[in-house]
Amino acid sequence: MERAGIPGVLITALPDLAQRVGANRIVAGVRMPHPVGDPSLPLEKERALRRRIVETALKALQTEVGEPTVFIVAKSGP
Amino acid sequence: MAKIRVVHYLNQFFAGVGGEEKAGTPPVSRDGPVGPGKAFQEVLGQRGEIVGTVFCGDNYFHEDLERTKREVLDLIAGYRPDVLVAGPAFSAGRYGLACAHVCLDAVQRLKIPAVGGQHPDNPGVGLCRSQVYIVVTGETTAGMRQAITTMAELAWKLAMRKTLGTPEVEGYLPRGVRRNVFVGEDGAERAVKMLLQKIRGELFTTELPLPTVDAVKPPLAVKDLKEAVVALVTESGIVPKGNPDHLESAQASKWIKYDIRGKADLTGEEFMSAHGGYDNRFGNEDPDRLVPLDVMRELEQEGRFKQLLNHYYVTVGNCTSVESGRQYGKEIATELLAQGVQAVVLTGT
Repeated sequence: MERAGIPGVLITALPDLAQRVGANRIVAGVRMPHPVGDPSLPLEKERALRRRIVETALKALQTEVGEPTVFIVAKSGP
Repeated sequence: MAKIRVVHYLNQFFAGVGGEEKAGTPPVSRDGPVGPGKAFQEVLGQRGEIVGTVFCGDNYFHEDLERTKREVLDLIAGYRPDVLVAGPAFSAGRYGLACAHVCLDAVQRLKIPAVGGQHPDNPGVGLCRSQVYIVVTGETTAGMRQAITTMAELAWKLAMRKTLGTPEVEGYLPRGVRRNVFVGEDGAERAVKMLLQKIRGELFTTELPLPTVDAVKPPLAVKDLKEAVVALVTESGIVPKGNPDHLESAQASKWIKYDIRGKADLTGEEFMSAHGGYDNRFGNEDPDRLVPLDVMRELEQEGRFKQLLNHYYVTVGNCTSVESGRQYGKEIATELLAQGVQAVVLTGT
């Protein structure tokens, strides 16, 4: 998709691997079976976490990068 | 099998018809060897015979791919060959792709082995290397003689159903096949030996080459997200409950798109995970944990981006080959571009 010119952001729990194989914009997700969720949290908190992750992804899409770059999600919400 | 029967595929240039001005030549067959085929015949000697040569113009081939493939295959089948040889195409792109298509058809439809000869960067290699034996050539015709000798030997062995040596020994590009072999030292001994060689700065051969990945230049960032259409794409295997389209849990053969118009989130009542590479419990409980539709809708309503695309795209990345992944990515990208998508949020597991 990037070769076609569409910027993408990959949300994954394995950001190091993603970086090594050349994904350009990467957001570190929670865990492999639930990259944008955390079943150990109460629903409200889980949803807030998911929102922070996706917001980080949107920020990554608006950031110029020269090489595979990992964006870290802030620990607690804005 | 006294003598093996070989059919040779060429483009119009190597068949001696002409250059670019003849690239529109439709498929033709000639009995016996033509052009480089004569050198093939010399190498084969009494062991085999090039019973026919089929050639086609480089442009004609790609103008109506399905039609040409049918035409070429019919001509090849008419000779009832034991093996197909195509090229060598060196680094010629159109020719290399044509050879790859012809070889794949021979393998898949005629059920005979096929041998190509290409530079590793030829786009034809990516298309067929897992099913076709591609002899490694240089970029130009300077290596013609060597390429033909290696290809002819390989073609003979394949037609005679001989056991092949490793790709390095036989001179073809690895097809990604693993075969068990017996060796004198166990894994630990070999690993320590390699480590010592590495520390001493000596050459060593790894037993597990890491796949090379092709780097893609980062596309420019999205200038104005507020005006952008954003798509959700995932390899996490989130599909409607019951997996109506039978997306495979591993080695996915396809990608699928699902309509999410009017949906505020993905619920466990309606959706599930078909992925075979991780614990599905959490995703089945709440698929938003893998495809964050709920939050994307929220951000869409807040105007953070203009619109979320009406479908999300899904495949399963579990043990799916890089080649397939590249293909699915390309196909999905074509759809996204046609719908004016400017950015993609992709979740992976």
